[in-house]
Amino acid sequence: MKKILEQIRGNKWLQLGLLVGYIALTSLSLILAQRSVAAFLLLLLSFLLLYYTKLPNWSKWAIGLAIMFFILPFSAMQGPAYQEYMDVATLVGIYVSMALGLNIVVGMAGLLDLGFVAFFAVGAYTYGIFATAQASNFMPFGTYPLSGNSFWIFIILGCFVAALFGVLLGIPVLRVKGDYLAIVTLGFGEIIRIVFNNMDQPVNITNGALGLSSIAPPKIFGIELLYSNQIYFVVLFILLFIIFAVRSLEHSKLGRSWKAVRENEIAAQAMGIPLVKTKLMAFAIGASFSGMMGVVFAAKQAFIDPTSFTLLQSINILVMVLLGGMGSVPGVILGAAVVTILNAQVLNELTMWFNSLSTAGIITLPDAMSPVKMQRFFFGALLILFALYRSKGLIPAKNVVYDKRKFLSEKGTKKRLQSVAAPKEDEHGNTGS
Amino acid sequence: MTQVWDTLPQVLIDGLTLGAIYAIIALGYTMVYGILELINFAHGEIFMAGAFIGTAVLIGLTGLGWVAVMPAIFILLLVLVITGGLTGMLGMGIERLAYRPLRKASKLITLITAIGVSFLLQDIVRFITETQQNNYIVNTPSLFPGSLSISGLNIRYSFLVVIIVAILMMIALEFFVNRTKWGLAMRAVAQDQDTASLMSVNVNKVISVTFFVGSALGGATGVLFAIHYGTIDPYIGFILGLKAFTAAVLGGIGNIRGAMAGGMLLGLLEMFAAANLSAITAGLLSSEYKDVFAFAILILVLIFRPEGLFGRAAIEKV
Repeated sequence: MKKILEQIRGNKWLQLGLLVGYIALTSLSLILAQRSVAAFLLLLLSFLLLYYTKLPNWSKWAIGLAIMFFILPFSAMQGPAYQEYMDVATLVGIYVSMALGLNIVVGMAGLLDLGFVAFFAVGAYTYGIFATAQASNFMPFGTYPLSGNSFWIFIILGCFVAALFGVLLGIPVLRVKGDYLAIVTLGFGEIIRIVFNNMDQPVNITNGALGLSSIAPPKIFGIELLYSNQIYFVVLFILLFIIFAVRSLEHSKLGRSWKAVRENEIAAQAMGIPLVKTKLMAFAIGASFSGMMGVVFAAKQAFIDPTSFTLLQSINILVMVLLGGMGSVPGVILGAAVVTILNAQVLNELTMWFNSLSTAGIITLPDAMSPVKMQRFFFGALLILFALYRSKGLIPAKNVVYDKRKFLSEKGTKKRLQSVAAPKEDEHGNTGS
Repeated sequence: MTQVWDTLPQVLIDGLTLGAIYAIIALGYTMVYGILELINFAHGEIFMAGAFIGTAVLIGLTGLGWVAVMPAIFILLLVLVITGGLTGMLGMGIERLAYRPLRKASKLITLITAIGVSFLLQDIVRFITETQQNNYIVNTPSLFPGSLSISGLNIRYSFLVVIIVAILMMIALEFFVNRTKWGLAMRAVAQDQDTASLMSVNVNKVISVTFFVGSALGGATGVLFAIHYGTIDPYIGFILGLKAFTAAVLGGIGNIRGAMAGGMLLGLLEMFAAANLSAITAGLLSSEYKDVFAFAILILVLIFRPEGLFGRAAIEKV
């Protein structure tokens, strides 16, 4: 047994073969089984397996994209629960994006933000107000609702508006640190929610607690994207863009400044990192991801009201980041996926299962303890357990370690190093470790 | 303007009640922060648990027939002592299990744990209550019904009880911190843990005692809240705790007298806003914005005077 495992670990062709077999098996079972959440989840698990294979990066991406674009939608299409699966997949995409945004703020820059859902709300309301008749209450020109064609512009608009709010929150917050920051952001999140809840008078902007309903669905080439399987692809494109942005940001100058600020503000400042700009950028970029997904969320649900943007949601996203591993991009993606699926499917399924057990008279579970209601319990317990025993998360963040010899063997670098500071090679060679 | 004057006495009374409650909860935050530099998010939930435990004890005593025969004051004391003891133990347990292992970890992690504890407590209380009565909103039997009416002003008896008990608790705490040996040890640990431990102060024990005292006060306040307002649910603690924390910041965190003053001030301001906000702004802002008001105060204080109204600015050591 050990021998086989070792062989698998060493041989990437074997890994590829096993992975393809696994994907084929799970997607086939998803096609054959009429309604099987387990098969769906197992198919999603293939992404994690893919991450751990030793294939070169480009082929990992190729396989991953193939699963996301073809295998997953195609194999889910066969059953009656098609929209349900796609709905969950879309939600996963939305939450992964938000968690990646929060990961920049909390994980990379080390600024604890407990009101993150506010930016999501800002994005959602930006689209919601203009894609319903609501905007005609206060806009002196134009006819509302805007058609679904404007959705694509609003994605960018939502991104900028949320970034603006991020900066607005950031400016006053820069003076406070650590736990005070957490409280201020929490207060900010609550303020945004209360304001949206009460902006139905004197001018009715947000329609207050009633919320905005029948928001125009997005439209492309005259086709209305009404269903989850259509929105899924929109989310997928935005998500890929966000992952690309995050990955390139992580190792950029800005990304390294974030980490420096996280580790020690004063030392970072002494090394010439502009503290204000770096922190504001973290807030703005993190918020912009959330804002974009807010727009998509509003279009997908076609209905938003302030109760979708509570503190519980903010904590929810924080759990995703902590569970996956603060600062680790693959970790956060995993964490967000796990929490969303737990929320959207597993808890529901468990509740149904317990209900069927209690109607069959095997065990009786009081209604108060049905898993759907125990959300806070599970999240609280997860937060505590992970903070206590695995504070680095499921996939801990890795810093790139430069190989000194490889680094030196690059021609230009070598020359520069030799001409500038020959005795100090060590320091140059080991940056970033 | 006339409306503001007319409502002022009632606003003062309501504001003082709420302020007293904020003040005692703020004490719990401030004591823990003074010693560990940790915002104990779960403190609001301890207050909430206190409200529920107190109500349960009260209902139990009513069932035994004690309430009918004994004076209300005695019952109140009994409930306060039982609840305070239990929530004190709860606070100590939380510190022991969730915070102590992380004392050396980064603050971010500890804070996240505190949020976790707070969620856990909310849900545990919810499902215990819900399994008992199929509904998590509880009505507390009123111990001090009736009210005084002085020239159109409505003063409930429970208001007097809340104010008096709150003031007594604050005096007791002042005495405990400033005049007893444990209080001395607490102040020493707050100043410098390492030096205190060199002076043979048992730091862990002092921290436990701090949590016990803070949580007991918080739980007892929960009882007062339940008796005065009559309706409680498992989610009252979080926002109320947040506002109490605002009060603690307002008065200068780590400063016990500051927390009392900050709580009173915040309670009065909030009640004033609730009564008059729409009148002053000519209907522009409804009284729903009173929570926004409290948080705006918090943010303004943190930005312009982070040491609080009564605190001294701390110099950051590198």
